Amino acid sequence: MAMNSSGRRTAPVSASNDETHTVSGSRGLLQREDLIFEFGSTKETGVDLPEPGGKPDRLGGVSRSRDVELPGLSEPETVRHYVRLSQRNYAIDLGLFPLGSCTMKHNPRLNERMARLPGFADVHPMQPQSTAQGALELIDQLASWLTTLTGMPAVAMSPKAGAHGELCGMLAIRKALEARGELDTRRRVLVPASAHGTNPATAIQCGFTVDEIGADARGRVDMAELREKLTDGADVAGIMLTNPNTCGLFETDIREIADLIHDAGGYFYCDGANFNAIMGRVRPGDLGIDAMHINLHKTFSTPHGGGGPGSGPTVLSEALAPFTPVPFIVRDEDGTFHLVEEDREEAEQSFGRMTAFHGQMGMFVRALSYMLSHGADGLKQAAEDAVLNANYIQARLKSVMTPAFDGYCMHEALFSDAFAADDIETIDIAKALIDEGYHPMTMYFPLVVHGAMLIEPTETESKAELDRFCEALESVAQRAASGDPSMKAAPMLAPIRRLDETRAARKPILKWTPPEPEAIAAE
Amino acid sequence: MLNVIGAASVDAFYEDVPEAARFSGLIEGLPNHQGELAVERHLSSLAAKNRTAGEGRFFVGCGAYKHHVPATVDHIIQRSEFLTTYTPYQPEIAQGTLQTLFEFQTQVAELTAMDVANASMYDGSTACAEAALMACRVTKRRKVVLSGGLHPHYAAATRTLCEAQGIKVVALDPAVDGELELSKSVDSETACLVGQSPNVFGTVTDLSPVSEAAHAQGALMVSVFTEAVSLGLAKPPGEMDADIAVGEGQSIGNPLTFGGPYVGLFAATQKLVRQMPGRLCGETVDAEGKRGFVLTLSTREQHIRRDKATSNICTNSGLCALAFTAHMTLLGGTGLKQLAQLNHEAAGALADALEAVPGVEVITPRFFNEFAFRTPVNAEAVLAMLDEKGVIGGVRANRLLPGAGMSDVIICAATECTTAEDIAAYADALKEVL
Repeated sequence: MAMNSSGRRTAPVSASNDETHTVSGSRGLLQREDLIFEFGSTKETGVDLPEPGGKPDRLGGVSRSRDVELPGLSEPETVRHYVRLSQRNYAIDLGLFPLGSCTMKHNPRLNERMARLPGFADVHPMQPQSTAQGALELIDQLASWLTTLTGMPAVAMSPKAGAHGELCGMLAIRKALEARGELDTRRRVLVPASAHGTNPATAIQCGFTVDEIGADARGRVDMAELREKLTDGADVAGIMLTNPNTCGLFETDIREIADLIHDAGGYFYCDGANFNAIMGRVRPGDLGIDAMHINLHKTFSTPHGGGGPGSGPTVLSEALAPFTPVPFIVRDEDGTFHLVEEDREEAEQSFGRMTAFHGQMGMFVRALSYMLSHGADGLKQAAEDAVLNANYIQARLKSVMTPAFDGYCMHEALFSDAFAADDIETIDIAKALIDEGYHPMTMYFPLVVHGAMLIEPTETESKAELDRFCEALESVAQRAASGDPSMKAAPMLAPIRRLDETRAARKPILKWTPPEPEAIAAE
Repeated sequence: MLNVIGAASVDAFYEDVPEAARFSGLIEGLPNHQGELAVERHLSSLAAKNRTAGEGRFFVGCGAYKHHVPATVDHIIQRSEFLTTYTPYQPEIAQGTLQTLFEFQTQVAELTAMDVANASMYDGSTACAEAALMACRVTKRRKVVLSGGLHPHYAAATRTLCEAQGIKVVALDPAVDGELELSKSVDSETACLVGQSPNVFGTVTDLSPVSEAAHAQGALMVSVFTEAVSLGLAKPPGEMDADIAVGEGQSIGNPLTFGGPYVGLFAATQKLVRQMPGRLCGETVDAEGKRGFVLTLSTREQHIRRDKATSNICTNSGLCALAFTAHMTLLGGTGLKQLAQLNHEAAGALADALEAVPGVEVITPRFFNEFAFRTPVNAEAVLAMLDEKGVIGGVRANRLLPGAGMSDVIICAATECTTAEDIAAYADALKEVL
């Protein structure tokens, strides 16, 4: 039996082994848990509401013809159901979560407590502004941290996530071009091949066309290609560039890129997904960028929540600030705050509204709590530690894996699959890592590296934890290099085996439906 | 660690940064780190400056509603395994998130009476905008028509997104009871009609005739709601032949939090599923034939399709969707109906009490838990005077609809949290200020 150094088996005893079969369907601590629809009753409810009084109906007949047929569970059943399900999830609170580009850092619990203060959680977005001055002041304070850290003059707070922030930046660029009377002629947006998929998708959503730029041998923007694409740049609206880029590298020519794009009459959008690597050490405002979103759920530790909610405030340059979306907050001379919404003159040049209300307040509270806790010194150290940890991983693994590029990395280490035997793919390595008790790294991204594996440890991890992780990944990498066929069957030790994604997509089953009556009769 | 790496100091890692942009010291103008106690003190002092809905005598709605969230819900969403995990890209170690998303999709589909639902959007307004874009993709047309009762923020968010792509947006004049006017505004170039029930003035409308008019011209019907609890009693989008249903799910499981994070609900008919935006969770089997769940149809999405994706959306509203699902699981259909009845009755009692105040005219003809009324004097002044008496009386219509000539209209809501004393206090205060 293949064992790793801590004595855990790394390959199944045999594929047909059925030693874990049980009558109950549970396996030790892992409880079987069906869908609520399969065991709950639509006649029950777990809430204790007063009986309605049966007073007259004011719906004017616009009533539901068929009742909502959903099961209700009691409180203990509900708690048990979701706790059991939770135990099928990997999470940062369980261990290192090296998902590159996603920044899975520890989520301090103080932030959760602060967001739940009734003075934030129980405040309505449309109540009179005079009764929500503390909420407006908090947004203003967070905005001030963000503009100071980035060295940018303005920030739009309403974007709901990173991709929404991208949209905000590109819509501001669009509006600025319109104000210059050049929107009809400037349609082309340059996007590096290594960019997040959201970048080209966002450019298209804003009505632009995408022109892809390749990477050079050092993993940076190919400057020769960029210059060529700008030789006749009269149709260029701007560039969308991630920095540090998705290869985990700082774009060394970034100031020249900014100059080139500005000289061509375009704007510079920077994807700030990786701002966590440079906060406190580099101000994007000094790099010549015009707009950059900041993922509060990456850099400033608001929880990822299994896929959101995020928050994507977007800092803007002097050139783009006038076009910021509504609403935004202004502090009056007497110290009170007011929201500039559609009904105020200050909003005249705004490109409009992106969402109802004023942004992800719950995330703002958490992010400001993180910033106040860390301070200018702690944020800088968090960036440095994240970069140190990534370089440590790169250094430790470079003898068994293939670093995609030479030199130091920033906050994430990128490897190609060149070290693996021909029939072992990146996905096999990822799934084998699951058996070692870790969430896999980001796989097959960025697209510019074959079989890419992008590892971002974040500052959260101690050296001891990094060593344990490297040991596990080394062992997996060695198996991959030797072409260990058992990796194809991984994971063996997860709550469930490798899932058939093709089948899911071919004939999508997207909700539970009651079994056919015949099927019930047959049981 | 530096020895293993072979670097003299962390400064080495930043050598690629252009020298002029390198920052050696600390960024000025920000304080240094502080302990929990100090941070808690700072933030608590800001929180203390806000009036909370829970203090009572609170009647604000217009797209966000004060409901009771059971303690169980907040406990579940704070489970580490849900709170601190990522989008379920590795399904073998994310079945917890995936199964709850599958339950969420099933619940939303049933609630809206639609065939399929996605795994959530940012909020109702962005879901509405995405629905309009989707209708344009499906019909290959470039015009959308919005009702005069669509929440103005939803209309604005839709306009922003559509106009960026050169799609024409026609918004009908604001109207308390004008959803059916949509039927007259559809032609062979229209991609969709967007109507709302209950609308921003609280009016519930059977949108079936609008759907029929849309379909007769080959257009889609987008049916919007901002109060998910209303679907426990009022006619849901699927019973009105909607093609796409979008709405705000905050009311179920999620606190007000000054406007976000919330959870957008997005449902559609089966035949439109491949044009939907956002994440979808689907059922499949593992290598041993055991049922499991995965994110599916990702070839619609930006991380695969890049510039050809149906939307640029990446993150959804996972944890808020979990809160929705946990609350919905406690309620069940039975509890939801009861909750909806309590809301409806509270609003009825409020309307009766306010209408008894001389000079007040309730102008919403049919409503669920929210309605508009006219006052004999300026609404802004009335609300300010009510505020002085401890009553947060609602939203003045002209905050949402400047220039619509509605300076004497107030929109107010009641929920299961509204007590008989709250209602009496509102009526008494209104009597005094008018």
